[in-house]
Amino acid sequence: MANDTAVRVAPARFRIPSKLFPYLLSLPALLVCIGILIPFFTAVWFSLQRYRLSQPWNRGMNWGENYLNFLTDPSFWNTLQVSLVYAALTVGLELLLGLGIALLLQKRTRFNNFISIMLLLPLMTAPALAALMFKLMTNPNFGILSYFAQVLGFENMRWGSDPSTALLTVVLVDIWVYTPFIMILLLAGLRSLPTQPFEAAALDGVPRLQQFWRITLPMLLPYILTASLFRLLDSIQQFDIIYAMTQGGPGDRLMVFQVEAYLNFFQSTNVGRSAALLLILWAITFFLSNLFIKNWLRLRERARGEA
Amino acid sequence: MHHYSPLERVLRGVALTAIVIFFMFPIFWIVLMSLQTNETILRSPPSMVFEPTFSNYAAIIAGRLDSNVASMGIEFMNNLMNSIILSVGSVTVALILGVPAAYAFARHKFRGSEDIAFTLLSFRFAPPLLVLLPLTMYFQQIGLADTYLGLIWVYQLICLPLILWIVRGYFEDIPQDIEHAYRIAGHSWFATFRKIALPLAGPGIAAAALLAFIFAWNNFIFALVLASADKQPVTVGALAFVTASGIQYGQIAAAVVLSITPTLALALYAQRYLVEGLSLGAVKG
Repeated sequence: MANDTAVRVAPARFRIPSKLFPYLLSLPALLVCIGILIPFFTAVWFSLQRYRLSQPWNRGMNWGENYLNFLTDPSFWNTLQVSLVYAALTVGLELLLGLGIALLLQKRTRFNNFISIMLLLPLMTAPALAALMFKLMTNPNFGILSYFAQVLGFENMRWGSDPSTALLTVVLVDIWVYTPFIMILLLAGLRSLPTQPFEAAALDGVPRLQQFWRITLPMLLPYILTASLFRLLDSIQQFDIIYAMTQGGPGDRLMVFQVEAYLNFFQSTNVGRSAALLLILWAITFFLSNLFIKNWLRLRERARGEA
Repeated sequence: MHHYSPLERVLRGVALTAIVIFFMFPIFWIVLMSLQTNETILRSPPSMVFEPTFSNYAAIIAGRLDSNVASMGIEFMNNLMNSIILSVGSVTVALILGVPAAYAFARHKFRGSEDIAFTLLSFRFAPPLLVLLPLTMYFQQIGLADTYLGLIWVYQLICLPLILWIVRGYFEDIPQDIEHAYRIAGHSWFATFRKIALPLAGPGIAAAALLAFIFAWNNFIFALVLASADKQPVTVGALAFVTASGIQYGQIAAAVVLSITPTLALALYAQRYLVEGLSLGAVKG
């Protein structure tokens, strides 16, 4: 192998066995990685215990009881439902909007590039601070969005503090922050598509709407899948926006997994239940992330092949 | 190339205008708010005509908040400093740990290398609280609780996978022949890494570092769980500020503007790197 000759020719001062060498290079990163695996296994262990910080005398293994209790626990099913609805709504709407914007900006003009750069700004805003901005904008006393709602005839629209509009409010913030992410990925995808199929279709007089359904969308599908899976993974674990906006309220209207687990741990100090909740969330994300990584690697291979 | 009919052109214009307004308006509005006193903020109906004042910023920078009711100290500049320390520190550590590892993963297919790389990547997707909650207990035991060092270590959860995966892609793109030629000319492995591989992967490293910085800066949950008031970055600090100051809306807006300016400025300054990094090397745009 060329690699071996190269090693032999090189001056031998400190000769580290070449088999060990790559391990040595990645060792520091590995150590950090191991340091993170320990708390993970601790969490698994906690999830199998009856463990409340307020009742240290009562601590003990109860094996699967925390998980079994979920079956008959309405607040668990509420958490699962709210998390799934939030993830589906945000990713679905962001995908539609992101695809629409990417199609509008497809042509490489100076103006389009300028707009796509401006649209990066929401994505670079911390989600917790974005929620804070929208909280100010929806303040009943002076919020500009409350004012617009009033002008449009929605008197007393209370946004995040009303159970009927709370979900809509946090979804709106999520869309504001994350649509540009999907837009950027799809725009890069659109611009990398080969032009020949479109030229051929135009010569044959295929209507543009049909070009979109028959050519653009199928060719863009790998990008759409990668972008949505990535967003889905993040969205099902959303914490920042919801916690900063309403802390899961009003009532339990927005108690998604991580907010519920956080409050379980710090407010009701129920460590066992909190850990079990997080492990169920982890199982969901583990499944999704395997799908995502497979998809992403395929896309990388393709991009590499074409490059 | 296709030409648009006049009707289409109008529709596209309307759609683009609506999009730009939707995504730009909140930033624009919060900047306007930060330049007003509470009296003009609370006017109804809201109006864009007012005499701009920098008193909100002055109050935050001076660290004193005076109203006609009471006077209170604010720690916001401290939060800003913490954000800088945590973000710069985490990215530096992640680069030192991540770039050599990325090189090892790209150049040597060693036993278990794929598994390790995937494990690191999967950290990016695991629920952060799963690790954070047990970690609060460990940190108390080993004395890392409420230290910059402890926080920077945890921030590697975000920064390290990002650097590792983006930079690895760039190293893989460098033809091995160039490195071999340089080594055959008698240079050591380290010289090859430093003189050939690092400069060629430079843009990728810059993109990864930039993204890691922004994600570290924007992080909320790590510091919320692990940091007490004097170590909190702006994301957590701004929220605490809202609770503390209550109705000082102008100052809250000014604090938000100060908190988001660094990342927005960086994004505008280095947008080309950013777009490249964001697509995670998946699509070469």
